[in-house]
Amino acid sequence: MYEQMVTARYYEERLQEEYLVGKQPAFDISAGPIPGELHLAAGHESSGAGVCIHLRDDDTVTAPHRPHHIAIAKGVDLKKMTAEIFGRETGLCRGKGGHMHLFDPDVNFACSGIIAQGCPPAVGAAMAAKKRNTDSVAVAFLGEGAIDQGGFLESLNLAAVQDLPVVFVIEDNDWAISMPKDRVTDVEDGSRRAQGFDMPGERVDSDDAVAVYEAAEKAIMRARDGNGPSLIEVQVHRRMGHFMGDAEAYRPEADIERAKQRDSIERLADDLRAHGVSDDDLDEIRERAHERVDEAIAWAKEQPEPDPSEAYENVFTNPPAQTATDGGSEGGEQ
Amino acid sequence: MATESRDITEATETDRELTMSRAMVEAIAWEMRENEEVFYMGEDVADYGGIFSSTTGLLDEFGRDRVMDVPISETAFLGAAVGAAQAGMRPIAELMFVDFFGVAMDQIYNNMAKNTYMSGGSFSVPMVLTTAVGGTYNDAGQHSQTLYGTFAHLPGMKVVVPSTAYDAKGLMHSAIRDDDPVVYMFHKRLMGLGWMPSPTGPKTPVPEEDYTIPFGEADIKRHGNDVTVVTLGLHVHRSLEAASQLEDDGIDAEVIDLRTLVPLDTETVLDSVRKTGKLLVVDEDYQSFGVTGEIIARAAEGALDDLSAVKRLAIPDVPIPYARSLEDEVNPSTDKIAAAIRELHE
Repeated sequence: MYEQMVTARYYEERLQEEYLVGKQPAFDISAGPIPGELHLAAGHESSGAGVCIHLRDDDTVTAPHRPHHIAIAKGVDLKKMTAEIFGRETGLCRGKGGHMHLFDPDVNFACSGIIAQGCPPAVGAAMAAKKRNTDSVAVAFLGEGAIDQGGFLESLNLAAVQDLPVVFVIEDNDWAISMPKDRVTDVEDGSRRAQGFDMPGERVDSDDAVAVYEAAEKAIMRARDGNGPSLIEVQVHRRMGHFMGDAEAYRPEADIERAKQRDSIERLADDLRAHGVSDDDLDEIRERAHERVDEAIAWAKEQPEPDPSEAYENVFTNPPAQTATDGGSEGGEQ
Repeated sequence: MATESRDITEATETDRELTMSRAMVEAIAWEMRENEEVFYMGEDVADYGGIFSSTTGLLDEFGRDRVMDVPISETAFLGAAVGAAQAGMRPIAELMFVDFFGVAMDQIYNNMAKNTYMSGGSFSVPMVLTTAVGGTYNDAGQHSQTLYGTFAHLPGMKVVVPSTAYDAKGLMHSAIRDDDPVVYMFHKRLMGLGWMPSPTGPKTPVPEEDYTIPFGEADIKRHGNDVTVVTLGLHVHRSLEAASQLEDDGIDAEVIDLRTLVPLDTETVLDSVRKTGKLLVVDEDYQSFGVTGEIIARAAEGALDDLSAVKRLAIPDVPIPYARSLEDEVNPSTDKIAAAIRELHE
């Protein structure tokens, strides 16, 4: 778990560096080797690692627009994922999805960049598991800003009424872009939403990855044993802006500082030391993680950009013999 | 471009230039001062000032009661705008990216767009739905669409797409004063954001006073005799650039900015086509069943005998891809527009 967390943290720090290449001094979102928006998850590591450590490859995870730490913890191929973020041909999605839309069927991982819209597909994966009598489960991750969205609330209800093996994990980083949680909901503890659907709800109100581990274990075992869905809310922290380039002018300085001080990685390291893990061991884990990340980034940057003709592939699994754009347009030439 | 700037300067007698976002906000602020029933709500529109600077400064002047941040609950707050509008207020509600319409489309097309008709005209829905559209910055399939055709296809909504600061202000005044629901689609690349540089065209002189631009009046942004280019949004500027590149080769293209899709100014298109006989339609929306087909159909219905060649450029019916090389391939470029004009001219 510690290794997943340090991998995820270093990954975001390195991506931050790579993202800013070519975008300075004046920040231009479309310049540089990594284009588009980039939502980094530094400070969220405990939720991805503490939950996914209980999962197998055949368990499904859906992640939101801030997915890297979850993907890493779920075992998504780091090199291919990085190539995807760089928009390269050998990326997970052949350069078509990008950082908010990572898909890896090998470990049953998918994303949606639309708030809360990963919840219904997780319910569907759980439905499939139940119908097929397997003991695999599904986990949907979402931010605290997403819990006022119909897609989330409808998913809770459907999962509950059908006793589906799905766990919903709210990552509460206190901020939905510029909107603090207390200005968008009167219910401070998001896990209380579970009560309205008669399912267990638990909030992990600390920076304690071990507590996340324990709450997730309970919920995932319950799902695996056929006892239905659960909801967990994990307090995490947004150590960077909502997206890269977000100056966070709306956010009090003290809040940013607090987010940086409350570090679940440091806390877990302290716990491990208390249990006899040496500093050398921790250093070794960290170095191994950094090496893996550096290697993935170096590999990704060497990968070729997709050929423009690739743009027309994969619209369908079984492409119709003749598409509507055949013949009439410049763009439609294949 | 020179023609365009001169025309606007003459029309407005001002040299004060604004970005499109500032022009849009100026109109909103003017209407909010004049009419207490106008208010703005959306995600990150208060303290943040709109992710694409659609509301910069409004919170300071009007306070939280009239510039409201709302939860990420588009069904609830867009539907609430419908209800407030039916109660006689004039809400402006922002859908942060047009791509997010999916989570609230029922409120948009079953309530907002239809209640006037279904009530036999006894209810009006005088609201503005503002929304950011468009790609060119590699944000992939869920954050890069324009969906012009989707909104224009469904009856009951007026659909506005400004391409310059001057148009953005006049169209916003018209939108807020209109008694019907207006979908006001602003292209991110045109707003004049520091972090997403605009082409030079959208920043134009803008009069200090309020003024309206009537819906259903296309604007001929460049006059020409050889080929008619009909377009909107970002591609007005790409088409103007293509047209100026072709000047040296003696090709004289006319560029028509539709400005509003509903209502659509068919006459301006037909007049131009009758003159040039050649029509190119350029759109940043999906090609099939959309704006390009509609314009060509109207040209065929109204001026078939005058047409000698027709062509269209649009997103070739694929979701918007992420990688730069792929997005550049599918989003009609200046070069592709120039090549298409040249081909029509031959």
